[in-house]
Amino acid sequence: MIIAVASGKGGTGKTTVASSLALVAAEKGEVWFLDCDVEEPNGHIMLKPHWHRKETVRVPVPEINREKCTLCGRCAEVCAFHALVVLPQEVMLFPTMCHSCGGCWHLCPAGAISPGWREIGRVEEGSSGKIGFVHGRLNVGEAISPPLIQAVKKRIRPGVLNIVDAPPGTSCPVIRAVEGADFCLLVTEPTPFGLHDLKLAYEMATQLGVPCGVAVNRSDGNDDPVRQFCHTNNVPLLFQLLQDREVARGYARGIPAVEVRPEWKEHFSALLAFLEKEGYARCAK
Amino acid sequence: MKVAVCAQDNHIDARVDPRFGRCPYFIVVDLDSGNWEGVQNTGTQSSGGAGVQTAQLLVNRGVNVVLVDRIGPNAIEVLGRAGIQVYGGIHGTVSQSLESYRQGKLTILSRANSPSHGGMGRG
Ligand code: SF4
Ligand code: SF4
Repeated sequence: MIIAVASGKGGTGKTTVASSLALVAAEKGEVWFLDCDVEEPNGHIMLKPHWHRKETVRVPVPEINREKCTLCGRCAEVCAFHALVVLPQEVMLFPTMCHSCGGCWHLCPAGAISPGWREIGRVEEGSSGKIGFVHGRLNVGEAISPPLIQAVKKRIRPGVLNIVDAPPGTSCPVIRAVEGADFCLLVTEPTPFGLHDLKLAYEMATQLGVPCGVAVNRSDGNDDPVRQFCHTNNVPLLFQLLQDREVARGYARGIPAVEVRPEWKEHFSALLAFLEKEGYARCAK
Repeated sequence: MKVAVCAQDNHIDARVDPRFGRCPYFIVVDLDSGNWEGVQNTGTQSSGGAGVQTAQLLVNRGVNVVLVDRIGPNAIEVLGRAGIQVYGGIHGTVSQSLESYRQGKLTILSRANSPSHGGMGRG
């Protein structure tokens, strides 16, 4: 089973929820944690894995043969991402803007472009107690994360629980992280902004055909708007974690919520039981 | 000698536009003949890489000098490699900026003075 943990924006404490879920699930069986927030991975701060393996991730980019190039300008015209510029003496490439679509090397009339390789980041794999841990790390200055997210998701193990920690937002990288999940846990905050972002995240997951449930983090006890939203859209409101100064302090020091408040484990156990009961865990065994 | 100025409108007396990649027009002036022509900036329509596309447009037009207020890193790199000089900090109208340029009052930009808008940001 694949559970994606997402939130419409950063700073909802999504990682403390995802890592707490992994810790509770590990008490019951095999679990893998896949941090897909490759621009700012922070799951490892909570789960402190020991690393076993590293692998670089590369994407194709055009390589231009200056001998063959006639400076005709075609490649700059076809590149929808404006990664190529044809100057009077040379063709210039902005590698971080290239989406590796292959248009330029297929369409260069002089056959002057061939695909080369460029490293964009790496995938690191390790373990934290009984939790298998994978994350991706995008190189500084890189703008295009989906290929790296896909490399992380290739490590999803069939037949066991996989927790995918999605990046914040609702754009391409999040979609890549959430698509293919059996269930998406949407973490929100009980603020007007939180609700707005929750709606966007809910729409995104629904469009991907991924069923959702909502967890409220840092609840002040007044969750009526979130409750209303869940009721209207027929989305289960799974649990609320209260605003808690000790938990916030733990978060800042890299300690997951359930280690600060072991009594919160029951929320996560209940979530796992809910997933089992509702049949989301159909691929689990 | 061709000078291009970022403009809000298709006229020599139009106000200058502060954004290189997103200005709707360039007024391209031939200093030798004094003739000018408005060039629509097709780069504004692109979602990312507007600065690079705009720079390509000016390279294709055979421009020698560009007068801007602000410009991003990718665009200035393209113009620099193409041997096009970039002068920054213009304001007022296109003709006023050209006058400042003629009088040597503008400073050459060697580096970007605006952040990159290329690629896809977070969230
Ligand atoms: S399309 Fe090919 S020949 Fe034309 S400018 Fe690009 S690399 Fe050179
Ligand atoms: S591979 Fe696609 S995105 Fe990359 S430079 Fe070529 S045309 Fe542009």
